[in-house]
Amino acid sequence: MEIPYTYKPRPDTGLYNAKVGIWLFLASEIMLFGALFSSYILLRVQAPMGQWPTVAGAWPTGLLNIPIGTFNTAVLITSSVTVVLAWAALKMNNFKAFRRYMVVTLVCAFGFLGIKSYEYNEKFTHYELRLKSGESFTGHIEVNGKHAGFWDFGSIYNLARLEKDQVSEIKFTADPPKPKAGEKHASAAAHAHEVKTIKREDIVWLDAFIPRNHTFFGIYFVITALHGLHVLGGALVLGYFAFPGSSMWKRNPEQFANRIEVAGLFWHFVDLVWIFLFPVVYLL
Amino acid sequence: MSDHSQSHTGHSSSADGGHDHHDIAAHVKTYILVFVALLVGTLITVGMYFVHFESMAVTIAVALFIASIKAFLVAGYFMHLLSEKKMIYSMLGITVVFFFALGALTIWSSNDFPKNTEMKALYVP
Repeated sequence: MEIPYTYKPRPDTGLYNAKVGIWLFLASEIMLFGALFSSYILLRVQAPMGQWPTVAGAWPTGLLNIPIGTFNTAVLITSSVTVVLAWAALKMNNFKAFRRYMVVTLVCAFGFLGIKSYEYNEKFTHYELRLKSGESFTGHIEVNGKHAGFWDFGSIYNLARLEKDQVSEIKFTADPPKPKAGEKHASAAAHAHEVKTIKREDIVWLDAFIPRNHTFFGIYFVITALHGLHVLGGALVLGYFAFPGSSMWKRNPEQFANRIEVAGLFWHFVDLVWIFLFPVVYLL
Repeated sequence: MSDHSQSHTGHSSSADGGHDHHDIAAHVKTYILVFVALLVGTLITVGMYFVHFESMAVTIAVALFIASIKAFLVAGYFMHLLSEKKMIYSMLGITVVFFFALGALTIWSSNDFPKNTEMKALYVP
């Protein structure tokens, strides 16, 4: 039995069904991301005032890598324009150009995910350390002579884990202090990467930049990972239409162009979310 | 039942009403312009990070203002919202109302703790 379908615009609304469908779906997506954005605002407004990590729980700023984030924004914007150009190429009956633009889109999509996972790894291996003396640092640790590797969840440590593994001391390389306002370069002392040995009994708090450490990382990872899943899902659909699914072009070009338009609408939405996400989590 | 009987050649298949090759070629120029505008917008957004405003409110307002312009460009041109049908507008109108209602509810709740709530310190040194 064949499932009945139509790809022609309805005479009353002027819209084909798939377009109504994708916009309803995008409306639900707006609510989903809207809930997360308002959670972000709530968590941030509720955070204690002061400079993190000096004040525990204060909202950290400037932790994310701005040049990389900017580059990734450009990558996603590029993929957004190539997907609309791919649709336009189909409308101009140029399948070769369509394929070319789709390939660029896919390269950008996976490039975005690759860069994002590099950024994630930087966070998994970066630590907040608080001592009984009241001092607090951020930096990198070495436990039993080992640094954490790429996406190595097994070597993420906190105080409880140090106790469980009976680690009596760790090596800690503190981040250089940030240049103060009005100071172009950090002072010479800031460049020294001094490795300190820290005894376990002096530590009151140790954790990587991961969700359990701080609500900032909690909301950062939830929003960006959900966005990343959207990028992955969109890339899979676009990849299907670019290659195996493109045989429909010969059978029914109008329906195929509609599919590209609908998939493109989803893709632009993913770009739209990032346009707000980038300034909110990286810059503000 | 399907519409396969209506065969197409792929020429000027007008899904959203009366696009021909000339229309689309003009659109392509717009898409490229929008793309450049988005890249410039991104650079301005990052540039504003290095400009220090006295007030946090101004910083947030500027960042969100630039983001809104970029969002308008993507939604208006790439997603064809500037020339969309009425039904889509009404659907999105409802969404916008609920979006702000959801945000307002969340933020409204921010000082609303249950009675006798104790704010506990993150850790005890």
